[in-house]
Amino acid sequence: MNKIEAINVNFFYGEFHALKDINMQIEERTVVAFIGPSGCGKSTFLRLFNRMNDLIPDTHLHGQILIDEHDIYIKGVPVDELRKNVGMVFQRPNPFPKSIFENVAYGLRVNGVKDESFIRQRVEETLKGAALWEEVKDKLKQSAFALSGGQQQRLCIARAMAISPSILLMDEPASALDPISTAKVEELIRQLKKDYTVIIVTHNMQQAARVSDKTAYFYLGEMIEYGDTKRIFTNPEKESTQKYITGRFG
Amino acid sequence: MVKFVESELEMLKKEILDMCQLVSKQMELACDAILTLNQEEAQLVIMREKRVNAFELKIDSDVEDIIALYNPVAIDLRFVLAMLKINTNLERIGDFAESMGRFVVNYPSDKLNDELIKELRLNEMMTEVQSMLFNVQDALIKEKSDLAICVFQQDNTVDEIDKAVLPIIASHIEKHPEELRTCLPLANVFRKLERSGDHINNIAEEIIFYLDAKVLKHNKTAKMTPEED
Repeated sequence: MNKIEAINVNFFYGEFHALKDINMQIEERTVVAFIGPSGCGKSTFLRLFNRMNDLIPDTHLHGQILIDEHDIYIKGVPVDELRKNVGMVFQRPNPFPKSIFENVAYGLRVNGVKDESFIRQRVEETLKGAALWEEVKDKLKQSAFALSGGQQQRLCIARAMAISPSILLMDEPASALDPISTAKVEELIRQLKKDYTVIIVTHNMQQAARVSDKTAYFYLGEMIEYGDTKRIFTNPEKESTQKYITGRFG
Repeated sequence: MVKFVESELEMLKKEILDMCQLVSKQMELACDAILTLNQEEAQLVIMREKRVNAFELKIDSDVEDIIALYNPVAIDLRFVLAMLKINTNLERIGDFAESMGRFVVNYPSDKLNDELIKELRLNEMMTEVQSMLFNVQDALIKEKSDLAICVFQQDNTVDEIDKAVLPIIASHIEKHPEELRTCLPLANVFRKLERSGDHINNIAEEIIFYLDAKVLKHNKTAKMTPEED
């Protein structure tokens, strides 16, 4: 079964045709990377999976986005529930102005969880899952802002994981981080796919090559090629893909 | 470095060592088959050559993937490039072992001339080549370039033995023209062993390139000059 499916997706910002005839299937518990030049529609497409584009005025979608075989754009779909199931991590780490503990606990509390021991357990679980527990276990009451950039990003990943999504969307999650923090986040992404379906937008092609199982190359709103990462980076089918990944683009 | 990239490099090293082990066994079996003219052993060497070839293709493909996906640099790049070349050299040695197996299958007698074999120093050459293979494998396992360096001197011995082969065989045939058909093919065996020595030499050079970033290819003097502390 495909975890996510895009069927004949066309997306518009007003009159601007941002995404054109996209068809894609994403299997469960895989990491898929979206690559392509700036403005090609990668982040727009990513944001379709949790309906974040709904927050932008004058946008419309034609086509279907299915998650677990259910169209998430039909009338009456509870968007809050959708966003619990589809977590998101952004380019710049954005911890809340709260303690490390409360950053992770926040999502649980907002969703009505009152059992403190369950909250403590979940916080520990997700901080371990984000490979951050050992670094913060003795300072959970400290402000999240006291953490380094890489730690803050892993905290944001833990926060997204706390409410048990099945899908994680990551929009350039390491682009604001130093190389060592980037390596830790990449290692984490490889671990996360045991339990989550992960989609990552990245400008860093080598990162896409390192962490993903499948890669989709976008250009001017179209998905040019989509396939196994190994094949894309050793023998892409399309000339355009080859030009982009070899840096001969433009 | 991210752990999963490191584990890919470790896996490549293990594959090369397995390939090395396979080719060593092929050479050992081929040498034994020649000395005893054992048809069964010779057939086994010939049959197993397919495994060597398949392994070469797999390793080539794995190296391609590592370079494409992980962009190794510095010592990791030298490592991957060295493994690629070592793979090719090992495959060639495998070819020579197969050829030695075919010598046994096609040999027009069921007995070697022991005196001639002794004069040609075939046992010594076989022992030296097998020792060289062991040494490069050991150098790679322990990541010690001085273990690789000792192969260069051994290759000189192999070359020295090989140089004397044709004159000895020619002289023998002059005295015993009836042994022409059984003597001439022996020259090919020595040729294969000498070429194997060259390829093991190349492997040693690649190991030193990987470990020390030194290019010894085509540089006889550098190979023979010991490192100053």
